[in-house]
Amino acid sequence: MAEQIDWVALAIFLFFFVLVTVMGFLAARWRAGPVSAHLDEWGLGGRQFGTWITWFLVGGDFYTAYTVIAVPALVYAVGAYGFFALPYTIIVYPFVFAVMPLLWKTAHANGYVTAADVVLGAYQSRGLELAVAITGMVATMPYIALQLIGMGVTIKAMGLTGDLPIVAAFIILALYTYSSGLRAPALIAFVKDIMIYIVVLVAVVIVPMKLGGYGAVFSAANDAFAAKGGATGLILQPSQMLPYATLALGSALAAFMYPHTLTGIFASKSADTIRKNAILLPAYTLLLGLIALLGYMAYAAHIKVASNNDVVPELFKALFPSWFAGFAFSAIAIGALVPAAVMSIGAANLFTRNVWKSYVDPGISHAGEAAVAKIASLVVKLGALAFTLFLPVQYALDLQLLGGLWILQTFPALVFGLFTRWFRAEGLLIGWAAGILWGTWTAWSNGLKPLATIDLGGVSYVFYVGLGALILNVFVATVANVVVGWVLPERRGVIAPS
Amino acid sequence: MWILLLVPFVGLLWVPFYNFQEPALFGFPFFYWYQLAWVPISSLLIWLVYRSRARDEAP
Repeated sequence: MAEQIDWVALAIFLFFFVLVTVMGFLAARWRAGPVSAHLDEWGLGGRQFGTWITWFLVGGDFYTAYTVIAVPALVYAVGAYGFFALPYTIIVYPFVFAVMPLLWKTAHANGYVTAADVVLGAYQSRGLELAVAITGMVATMPYIALQLIGMGVTIKAMGLTGDLPIVAAFIILALYTYSSGLRAPALIAFVKDIMIYIVVLVAVVIVPMKLGGYGAVFSAANDAFAAKGGATGLILQPSQMLPYATLALGSALAAFMYPHTLTGIFASKSADTIRKNAILLPAYTLLLGLIALLGYMAYAAHIKVASNNDVVPELFKALFPSWFAGFAFSAIAIGALVPAAVMSIGAANLFTRNVWKSYVDPGISHAGEAAVAKIASLVVKLGALAFTLFLPVQYALDLQLLGGLWILQTFPALVFGLFTRWFRAEGLLIGWAAGILWGTWTAWSNGLKPLATIDLGGVSYVFYVGLGALILNVFVATVANVVVGWVLPERRGVIAPS
Repeated sequence: MWILLLVPFVGLLWVPFYNFQEPALFGFPFFYWYQLAWVPISSLLIWLVYRSRARDEAP
């Protein structure tokens, strides 16, 4: 790819970057509250976000910048199989509609800030609280690193090389997140999402016009896959169907277990805000489906890339004037800032509430919580930055994959308690451990592939390892629950379902 | 009405149901437009459940 600096694109990029930086710092005063006096203010933006702010915020941090780069890259590489992100981000919303308002009510009634708070409240178990908190923090770190990688791809496409630009961008992000908390990404999400909508709508109209329509786009991709062979193509191979469906289901169940998505839930004003968002957020899924097709458009445009992640930037550079390419790259790079900020806030909230408050300073004041969380968000971001600078990119991808399967193992602890109190902390903790250990071991021994194989009656089934681990998790938790019930018939500290 | 929330799971997770190229629509093979069509359908189904449930007591 060209290594010359594209000054027009760069100037546009800098303009938008400065704009969101100013917004990020001013955000502290937006719908102002005492940002440093209470963790609800810094970490949840004052629990006051209505339908539209929540729509932009959750849309902005669930459909991340990395998605815009990675989904078309995967579709470019393998075809239909890469499209599993679409069913995943559709079926997630019936689930959000049914479950997340209940979670919000519990959190709102008791002042909970994190998933681990909810679990501690339901089961009075420090062990389970810590398991959920650590899983959340560990799963989030590589996710932040991926946002940096997504940002790095677009910065590189503008001709800037070296680590300095990304370090500078990230330090600025860290500073305004520190001072404004969740209000900063919530405000920036408006800019980011509107920019992404513009870019994608223009791309999905203009690009096929230049390339001869969608029929030509699909047939160019079909020809390329026919030449390439292997497990690629415009539709799934029979052996890919079960992996496709289980990846979609497992990812959908995991999506709202992450600290960053839950932060968006807890920050909303009411349960009804969340229900309305379950109806409105699929607009982003439509966008994602169209973004995924950029992978096929690259074939029709005869784009050649060194790395699959360069598909989207190279396509934009080839088909758009530099000012619009610069606008598109700004959208993606700013798109990385929103989720990175929310993720670091989510992880910082977990650290503050469920590690610092639980183990270091139980008597901490509200202002003290906010202070600890602000520092923790800096540490989390610096950790992610160091991760991307000093370790191979592949580590972040592998850890992100494992992070998805780990976070999915917190599902029973967080969700089951909303519907039944039959499960006990001991059972859930053992189930969590079984899911994590089996899932990690299986993924690891398959060379960090997300798929596991099982032989039943001579037929082998290939499925998403995270979903398999979740099924094992629930099974083990159920058995352990029964056994613990025999040994210790008395329950300690369990409160009645609300 | 809550059963409507399960419909997208059935429609999208039973892959053999839609793993075809034909019939194409506006150049999109069936596999793609079928899944894209589930986006508005799912929104509609959730909205129907939303409308049918008793008003929430929370603000």
